[in-house]
Amino acid sequence: MRFDWNFDFKRLLPRKGLSALAASVMAIVIGLIFGYFVMLVAYPENAWQGLKCILTCGYSVNENIDIFNKNIANTFFYAIPIMMTGLAVGFAFKMGLFNIGASGQFTAGLYCAIYAGFMWQDMLPPSIHWILCILMGMLGGMIWGLIPGLFKALLNVNEVITSIMFNYIGMYLVNMLVMNNGSMYDAVRTRTRYLPVSAQIPAYGETHTSLNISLFFVVGFAIFLYIILQYTTFGYELKATGFNKYASEYAGMKGKKNMILTMVIAGAFAGLGGAFSILAPSTIPGSSMTYEPIEVIASQGFNGIAVALLGNCHPLAILFSGTFISYIQRGGTVANLIGYKPEIIDVVIGIIIYFSAFAMLMNTTAINGLHTLYQRIQNKIKRTTPPVEITKEEEANQ
Amino acid sequence: MRTFYFLIQGTLPVAVPLMLVALGGMFSETSGVINIGLEGIMLFGSFVGCLVMYFLNDVGADPQMLLLMGMLIAAVAGAVFSMLLAFAAVNMKADQTIVGTAMNMLVPAIVLLYCKIKFNSDSVTTHVEPYITEVPYVSKIPVIGDLFFKDTYITIYIGALLLAIMTIVFYKTRFGLRLRACGEHPHAADSVGIHVSRMRYAGVGISGVLGGIGGLFYSVGVADSNCNGHSGVAGFGFLALAVMIFGQWKPLRIAWASLFFAFLRKVAYSIPLIPFLDALNINQAFYKMLPYIATMVVLAFTSKKSRAPKAEGIPFDKGKR
Repeated sequence: MRFDWNFDFKRLLPRKGLSALAASVMAIVIGLIFGYFVMLVAYPENAWQGLKCILTCGYSVNENIDIFNKNIANTFFYAIPIMMTGLAVGFAFKMGLFNIGASGQFTAGLYCAIYAGFMWQDMLPPSIHWILCILMGMLGGMIWGLIPGLFKALLNVNEVITSIMFNYIGMYLVNMLVMNNGSMYDAVRTRTRYLPVSAQIPAYGETHTSLNISLFFVVGFAIFLYIILQYTTFGYELKATGFNKYASEYAGMKGKKNMILTMVIAGAFAGLGGAFSILAPSTIPGSSMTYEPIEVIASQGFNGIAVALLGNCHPLAILFSGTFISYIQRGGTVANLIGYKPEIIDVVIGIIIYFSAFAMLMNTTAINGLHTLYQRIQNKIKRTTPPVEITKEEEANQ
Repeated sequence: MRTFYFLIQGTLPVAVPLMLVALGGMFSETSGVINIGLEGIMLFGSFVGCLVMYFLNDVGADPQMLLLMGMLIAAVAGAVFSMLLAFAAVNMKADQTIVGTAMNMLVPAIVLLYCKIKFNSDSVTTHVEPYITEVPYVSKIPVIGDLFFKDTYITIYIGALLLAIMTIVFYKTRFGLRLRACGEHPHAADSVGIHVSRMRYAGVGISGVLGGIGGLFYSVGVADSNCNGHSGVAGFGFLALAVMIFGQWKPLRIAWASLFFAFLRKVAYSIPLIPFLDALNINQAFYKMLPYIATMVVLAFTSKKSRAPKAEGIPFDKGKR
């Protein structure tokens, strides 16, 4: 009997998907460990419980099956916008563009969606009103994505600075437009009024949450993006430009056109995220989601960066990473009950982004390290144990 | 004339944080590291500095001394925090933009977490008032006294001093020359025995120091010595990057560019006090958007002949040619 575990760690390296998954998991683990330390500093006695809550409270607070369903539905509901912004960031990243402006595109889409919701309700049959609102949201995001794309392609302005500036411009502009419109804005409650029912996306099932059928749209969009990236010429050119801008230009690809198109598509996705989040049905009859014009940039865009990086910018993986981020956010909200603040999740997300910037490299180092260690041990075993004589029968068996 | 004095007096405390942070960005980028995380570094410096001022205020010290103490600690805090970027960019060869974004997201969360647990609010409220109504003797000088020595903060003098020091360091010292070489052509610098990684650590460290100080000066000059986790530093870190690009990575031009942006902002926030603009009756949100729109216009015109350091954003790899 020969015990031969000739396992080569380096074989793991070329498997890109596995390596990326390991990198993401490592970033998450480091993020959670850091979050645990932060909780230890804040309230040492509850820290372990807090970590447990972040990891488990997303699906259940107690044994009640209804609450279980409700929490799951809520996790998915809050995942919808950040999945969309995640797709927006990840898609642009495939081309080497860092779309930090998903927040602005999200806000622009949100505004266009509620504009159509309030202003066009009498003009359209109720059955298609909400579809038009969603399309308007997409249009708003497209416009807000187009501008940084144009600046980058035609004027060579770094898209990071442009899109950050347009986050601010979009936020101030939307707030101004909302507050100046009496049929949208309720000055007493400092929020938008309730959207008409015809503008709201139909709910999904009897979950007693705001979960709606847009979840299926999101899955559809992710598959659509995957097909674009994997099976179309445009997707191929896009990835090629991301790998090497100059080589793709030399090969005759129209980099500028692709750049603008990528930003428009990315903006469309972020805008759809905004539309989905504001057009969701409310659990209380006669009300709806509302938007409060405060001078803070929408956080969904930044969380989308975390989602995209955790999913390694792969459209289908982004669905899972979006669900995960939303899940720990739910847990963080519940952790409020034992004295922690929901911001603990933002700390964890920040750490996750930080480490996912070089988790791949850390992985390579770790695997190389394991490989050397393994070889050293094997060499030691070879030196200490005499080589086993292989008999004729064993050879035949093999 | 009264309005003009008022605008200039209000512009300077806003311009100084912008200028310092843009100078920090300049040091980081000329060493070859893109520092998107300046916003985070600023807020971190502001947070730590405000905490120092808050806790020392109980001792009952002079507001100016408190400010100086806060400034020193904020500089140290900024430098320490910027090492996160330096480590990732230099040792781990990570994507510098992503790391910077992570830093920007991390700090508001930390500030909010701490303030909500400790003070049960969103901000550190210090109650320190380092406002100077009049500097003795010099404020009597006709025009200059009115412009620079009345209704102001000590921050603008420190800012001017730091600008002078940093310009000299940048242009007139061996260190500055080497730093610039590392951002322009790191392999050439390496071939004559300059430690590129050490230089980049230094560049990012200086940007951390200036970013931290700039953050505290933002709190003092713009936010009434408070540090709010929600509004943070209102995009000043990003505006500073735009100022840096507008200033073409040169200290004196950066100073002028920051004055320009700060002036726009001051105008935007004091419309009701300026009779001429108040009469136009334009929505105030337009003026609030003005600095950001101006940034875009300026960038559109300057980017074509950009003088960005050639090697910025590219991790240094000794073996690569």
